[in-house]
Amino acid sequence: MPDVRRIDPNVVDTARDTGIPVDDVELAVELAGIALDNPITTASGCFASGAEIDRFYDVTELGAVVVKSITLEPREGLPTPRMAETPSGMLNAIGLQNPGIDAWLERDLPWLQGRGAKVIASLAGKSVEEYREVARRLRGRGAVVGLEVNLSCPNVEHRGLVFACSPDQSAQVVAAVAEEADVPVFAKLTSDVTDIVTVARSVTDAGADGLTLINTLLGMSIDPETGRPRLSNVYGGLSGPAIRPVAVRNVHQVATALPDVPIIGCGGVRTVADVVEFTRAGATAVAVGTSTFVDPFVGQTLVAELRSWLARRGIRTITELRGKVVA
Amino acid sequence: MMRRGFVQGRSEADTPVRAICEVMARRREGAYWQLSFSSPEIADRARPGQFVEIAVGSPGALLRRPFSIARVSRQGAFASTVDVVFDAHGPGTEWLTSLDVHDLVDVVGPLGTAFPLPQRKVSCLLIGGGYGAAPMYFLADELARQGLRADMIIGAASQERILSAIEAKRISASVTFTTEDGTLGERGRVTDVLEDVARSCRTGVVYACGPNPMLRAVSERCRELELPVQVAVEEHMACGVGVCFTCVMPVRAKDGRVRMKRSCIEGPVFNGARIAWDETRWRNEPDVLDDEPDEQPVQRLTDAELWGEG
Ligand SMILES: Cc1cc2nc3c(=O)[nH]c(=O)nc-3n(C[C@H](O)[C@H](O)[C@H](O)COP(=O)(O)OP(=O)(O)OC[C@H]3O[C@@H](n4cnc5c(N)ncnc54)[C@H](O)[C@@H]3O)c2cc1C
Ligand SMILES: Cc1cc2nc3c(=O)[nH]c(=O)nc-3n(C[C@H](O)[C@H](O)[C@H](O)COP(=O)(O)O)c2cc1C
Ligand code: FES
Repeated sequence: MPDVRRIDPNVVDTARDTGIPVDDVELAVELAGIALDNPITTASGCFASGAEIDRFYDVTELGAVVVKSITLEPREGLPTPRMAETPSGMLNAIGLQNPGIDAWLERDLPWLQGRGAKVIASLAGKSVEEYREVARRLRGRGAVVGLEVNLSCPNVEHRGLVFACSPDQSAQVVAAVAEEADVPVFAKLTSDVTDIVTVARSVTDAGADGLTLINTLLGMSIDPETGRPRLSNVYGGLSGPAIRPVAVRNVHQVATALPDVPIIGCGGVRTVADVVEFTRAGATAVAVGTSTFVDPFVGQTLVAELRSWLARRGIRTITELRGKVVA
Repeated sequence: MMRRGFVQGRSEADTPVRAICEVMARRREGAYWQLSFSSPEIADRARPGQFVEIAVGSPGALLRRPFSIARVSRQGAFASTVDVVFDAHGPGTEWLTSLDVHDLVDVVGPLGTAFPLPQRKVSCLLIGGGYGAAPMYFLADELARQGLRADMIIGAASQERILSAIEAKRISASVTFTTEDGTLGERGRVTDVLEDVARSCRTGVVYACGPNPMLRAVSERCRELELPVQVAVEEHMACGVGVCFTCVMPVRAKDGRVRMKRSCIEGPVFNGARIAWDETRWRNEPDVLDDEPDEQPVQRLTDAELWGEG
């Protein structure tokens, strides 16, 4: 008898079916005024332009597509090796390889728009003015329903310090983007700070309509034999199931402190159970990153399985679970 | 729920699928292991040079492992099979050796670009290093089907790391073995014999797969000999499907600029002459080529003539 569990770590749904018809379940959510058919989105940098996964399934089945962070100029990124596997996760140092805003607007966005996808555009930059300029060029683009400000970039004007580590500088970037934006703005924060609630407050005061929590955690891996760092860039971002408890904690902390701010939960989402966990912690939507590398179909599978998970338990809308943590 | 025969993906013939495949055979091949699993969907779509991503169950392993398709059999009695050959050296490949016949493996494929086949009747030289010889058997089959002559150079550190020597003899017009310790064939590297073999076989095009330093050496030697060369590279891959940008190779575009191309989706097969080897992380490898060739090989075709490129 083949042992199927050996090859799929997915959680088996053991609930006894006492529920409602699957068709009675409503997955739609409202995210800072954006209407999404379901709460499953992609994590920036983990879905390329969208077309790559559309070979496998129709990407418009997802609530929204969050695209790879776009910068003003095209970027070739860092040298290889750019990744290293770690227990339950991976480290990456890509260096924001992207075609630049103009090429993205010309080539990638029309494709997403043609497919009918809801697009959340992630933007990055080295200076406040660069973020502002990218945001300006994203104005009035039909398919773009939201902007996500990736604050995990070093600020060239400020000793190379990462924007997200400073509440003030994060706020400056978000204020600049919010001035230009004609759609809701999400600030994507890192957990590598003393107090994420302080940063969250600072960026929402500066005009962020919502938050994405969290970006990767800074990590390092060294080959014990050669003594060399496994990434050419030495340090890299840790993602995957390994960071999920940290992400859930951050979502819960921020949702508790700022209950009216919509949150996209992100970090190690793989199964429906993880989606529910983030929702209970206070997230309105979830973003799936590293799991797509393991299973290109994971987004589609989550949408389908979330509906039946809720139906089996007699839950009619996913929003009923939001913020429900039992003391 | 996962079950035997489970396939996920669009039905179009050129799109990869995810399939739960049954292991049909697992055996030693010298220093390597060979695994055959049944998947009509992957077997029917696969072309030489492409690879599969296999989910491994070893503790702490999250990411799939990429393996070149070594051969497909499309006429199996009840299921077509796909073969991979691998070197067991880390947790993922070790885990694969623990699979038994009838176990299930979760496979995504076929992925990546295939070797372009010559549009003219030229004789082909297939160079494989270590387990990199695996896709060369698949390619040799395909070339034979097209009525093209295929010669082989198979190189490795030692005899037991030469993959399927008998198979190589069966399938090719001629085969030259090189081992670094001299236990089989010529002592040395594939590049040491490349020029002689290319001249005596009237080679018109070269295909190579193996460790990247070898591919670099082969590409450089082919440039000197003005032989077109297609190589299948290996780069660490997190996704294998084009979404993560971990697997990039510096490739010179037609405008002369070097761009980081994803080797999982824009490769793993690249025109060897286009790779900017100096900008890869193997730049510190010793240069295995030092002597200049004294004579040009007989057949010379431009890229455009061969592959129809502009
Ligand atoms: C397109 C392609 C085709 C390949 N074909 C074959 C094949 O036919 N036979 C074979 O034996 N090996 C092949 N490899 C290399 C093979 O994927 C690695 O040896 C294997 O992933 C190692 O996994 P591990 O857990 O045993 O080792 P570990 O070294 O512990 O792996 C850790 C991580 O590093 C990555 N990694 C390690 N070595 C390599 C490598 N050489 N290339 C790419 N990633 C690596 C792994 O995928 C994994 O994510 C191929 C690689 C690529 C990119
Ligand atoms: C290869 C890779 C590239 C990433 N690129 C970006 C990026 O361009 N912009 C960004 O905001 N986050 C980027 N991230 C972070 C993810 O969006 C996400 O926040 C993080 O990986 C945690 O989620 P996960 O565990 O589901 O992957 C990247 C992550 C990975 C693994
Ligand atoms: S391995 Fe992810 S883009 Fe190539």
